[in-house]
Amino acid sequence: MWRFLARTIVQRLLLLVVISIVSHTVIHLAPGQPTEVDPMNPMMKAEDIARIRKSFHLDDPIYLQYVHWMKDLFTGELKSFRDGLPVLSKIWPRFFNSLPLFACTTLIVWTASFPIGIQAALKRGSKFDRGTTLVAYTLISIPGFFLSYLLILWVVRSFHLPVIGLRTFGTESATGLVRVMDRIWHLVIPSLMAALTGITGIAVLSRYVRAQMLDVLGQDYVRTARAKGLDEDRVVYGHALRNALLPFVTMFGLLLPGLISGSVIFEQIFAWPGLGLLSYEAILARDFPMILTLNFMAAALTLFGILLSDILYALVDPRIRLE
Amino acid sequence: MAEGSELLSIRNLHVDFETDAGLVPAVRGVDLSIAPGETVALVGESGSGKSVTAMSVMRLIEGRISAGSIHFQGRDLSRLPEPELRQIRGGQVGMIFQEPMTSLNPVFTVGQQIEEVLTLHQQLSASAARAQTLELLERVGIPSPERRRVQYPHELSGGMKQRVMIAMAIACRPRLLIADEPTTALDVTIQAQIMELLRSLKREFGMAVLLITHDLGVVAHFAERVLVMYAGKIVEQGSVRDVFKRAAHPYTQALLGALPDPLKPALRLSAIPGRVPSPTMLPAGCAFCARCAHAFEPCPTAPPALFEVSAGHRAACFLRDPRLTFVPTLR
Amino acid sequence: MSIPVDPVPAIEALAPRAEAEALGIAETPAQQLWRTFRKDRLAMVGLYVLLGLVIVALLGNLLTGWWVVFDPTTVRLPDKLMPPLSVPSAALASELRPPFGSYPFGTDELGRNVFARMLQGSFVSLSVGVVAVGISLSIGVTIGGLAGFYGQRKLGPVSIDTLLMRFTDVALCFPTFFLILTVVALLPPSIYNIMIVIGITSWMSIARFVRAEFLALREQDFVTAAKALGLPEWRIIFRHMIPNAMAPVLVSSTINVAHAILTESALSFLGFGVRPPYATWGNILADGRSYIFDAPWLFLIPGGAILVVVLAFNLVGEGLRDALNPKLRKRAR
Repeated sequence: MWRFLARTIVQRLLLLVVISIVSHTVIHLAPGQPTEVDPMNPMMKAEDIARIRKSFHLDDPIYLQYVHWMKDLFTGELKSFRDGLPVLSKIWPRFFNSLPLFACTTLIVWTASFPIGIQAALKRGSKFDRGTTLVAYTLISIPGFFLSYLLILWVVRSFHLPVIGLRTFGTESATGLVRVMDRIWHLVIPSLMAALTGITGIAVLSRYVRAQMLDVLGQDYVRTARAKGLDEDRVVYGHALRNALLPFVTMFGLLLPGLISGSVIFEQIFAWPGLGLLSYEAILARDFPMILTLNFMAAALTLFGILLSDILYALVDPRIRLE
Repeated sequence: MAEGSELLSIRNLHVDFETDAGLVPAVRGVDLSIAPGETVALVGESGSGKSVTAMSVMRLIEGRISAGSIHFQGRDLSRLPEPELRQIRGGQVGMIFQEPMTSLNPVFTVGQQIEEVLTLHQQLSASAARAQTLELLERVGIPSPERRRVQYPHELSGGMKQRVMIAMAIACRPRLLIADEPTTALDVTIQAQIMELLRSLKREFGMAVLLITHDLGVVAHFAERVLVMYAGKIVEQGSVRDVFKRAAHPYTQALLGALPDPLKPALRLSAIPGRVPSPTMLPAGCAFCARCAHAFEPCPTAPPALFEVSAGHRAACFLRDPRLTFVPTLR
Repeated sequence: MSIPVDPVPAIEALAPRAEAEALGIAETPAQQLWRTFRKDRLAMVGLYVLLGLVIVALLGNLLTGWWVVFDPTTVRLPDKLMPPLSVPSAALASELRPPFGSYPFGTDELGRNVFARMLQGSFVSLSVGVVAVGISLSIGVTIGGLAGFYGQRKLGPVSIDTLLMRFTDVALCFPTFFLILTVVALLPPSIYNIMIVIGITSWMSIARFVRAEFLALREQDFVTAAKALGLPEWRIIFRHMIPNAMAPVLVSSTINVAHAILTESALSFLGFGVRPPYATWGNILADGRSYIFDAPWLFLIPGGAILVVVLAFNLVGEGLRDALNPKLRKRAR
């Protein structure tokens, strides 16, 4: 078991290196130089440009740039193009902004999808099933930002739920409890929107749950359980569900990358200063170190997520416990 | 056979399925009875309705029982409320299925699945259930039961899985065991072992057995009475000796004729031409008519009813039916 | 007396029509698929919507590009931000008047005919989806098919299957949206770049499906029979295996087109889409964002259109999935 684990980890690390090399190459091969962002800026004299280019090693051959990037990244020295501040120090606070949004969204999605999906599978063909199916399809098909703006329109006019930013203006000096409540208040709409419409949202997940449940309910061992005289609750929740949940345990690990990539649009709409917005700004500004670092982090999260789901799968499914 | 003494009595059973292609009658008027301790075999090709008949005894099918009754020890199972039916399932009627590979829950250990039946029907404590499970495992011929008890189904071979299924089914000493093609998915040598196990269990517990199979060899060695099904109806029934030695229905004759006989090597194996009619396109008369070598005028128009060939031996065929007052038109 | 047996030639197993006739069933699997699909009312509604969309898109491209009836680029400043079904103001010069004397969908902030822009955008949005999926299909089927069929052959120390599947895994690990965003932002804005980049980031699941189907099909008797008959490999792959493997791919592709259209609109929303004056539904929606309180139709119309079209694709895809799934067909009450 441990040897398998060690081997997997090494493989994933290698993969991470490959991905970082590829993304580094792709970004540097793309046309558009960072110093072109503001070509009209009269303050940028030729020697300034040359100096900036030298300090960021932009004139070195590409593999050397890669080495510089990696070295700087791991020593914490990596600096952003935009303002020369260390990349990691800019990422950290944004990370802590993105985290509650991500956690809240995931919580809503996973606690709502299972009951809905299971009930839809048990009452297949009923009004509930057909109704939730239609709603799910509609939610899958709506562009996330479209629904968000519609809701903003409605919410701003009728209720008073906040839709902009992290906290209400002026609450920095309030007591801790008020600040916390304010934060939560601000979390509601953005996480609800992300939960409803995202690719890992309620709409998609509840469909998977339903499909998986239907599949398991048709299996022979469910029939055996009934033949033993077990009551329906035990058959469904004890025997069937236990099997149906298996793939979702692994899916859980794959959610992690959503921390960075899933939130770009919603952070933009709700002006939530998180990692998504950071990447958006970095891309606009052609801030290579930032883009590369965020990309690297996303890839690392993905691979870590895969590793986590592999481990969870091995723990949960007796068929693949490794000796 | 006196009416009241039967363990299981199925009368005029009709089972329908709703599919995209319409209402499909899988079972069309089946009568079947089993006395206590008797072994009855129900044979037929795939699609004849034999599995559906067996599974509808405990209402394990998705189809609807549209007519008929299923009396078990005096109670009509087809109309019994769910909670009472569940007491009978696994407790007084045990069932084993065709596919041992998929019939056991992969995420529970073998022991857990057997103990479940015991704690449910006999309210045993956990330790008593565990002890009983070990006994059961040993009784069904699984070596080192302590080790096997904590193993998962995927760690067992097909034959052992079927033994576990049998252990689960007989754990509560049921009066009736329904075995739906228990050996079809197993190797031939294991088949013989499983059937032997069933025979010894039957003797020890005095169980009646309803055996569903398409394997006539198994029927010959194991059953006392046999019913032959075709396209949802019983076409012949009687003691194994009567039916095998003096088959009265052309279908049964063809089935028996299709068995290779080592004493009479033939150049060609005989097979029955054509196919079982699809349940959605059943003919008005005898369902076997299109494939029957002896079909004559009344066959396509009216369905034949069972007549008594000799004591206890019945067949549904116009050919030998003495009640037929039909005079064939001369050509 | 022995009854003669009809032999079932191996060739019959390869030809669905002959097999179907032998069974007394008068329809091919394709016909059966259509019959089952037809029963799903929602899926049929989706199909009609899509047919309508294709017609609208083709007509739209014609009427706004070639034989200009509805002009999407004309700027009419006196008539800006007019609601749907309004008529042009009197101050408008006669040559700028819209055809049929009204603005069915109103005008935008530059007085452009929204109806005309939607028509133009329909073709673009649809073609983005179709081309992107076409690209991902070609890559995915090729890689998946090769891995599934030739998997066991070795190329040096590793087998082809391992090589291709590891490559697929690596590709899957790339944070897709992020990558699309990055690439699209750094390259000059063009509809072709968007199509290509969406295409090369969504082939992975198709490759996996095709490989899985091929692995299963390879063991089936009809393939062995075909080999025994001496059919050349490419013929086996293309004529016999690929049509049988298409089921999950078909489902996947319809849903991927929907996803591609949504991605394009998301990219436009973030400002990385096609630049005006070219219209896609995505960038009409993105532009309309600023006028959401004053001129809500600028936002609601393209958003609603995207919703309807994507929903139609999803319904058709799900209908196909249900129709192709044999287990679900035997449903009983």
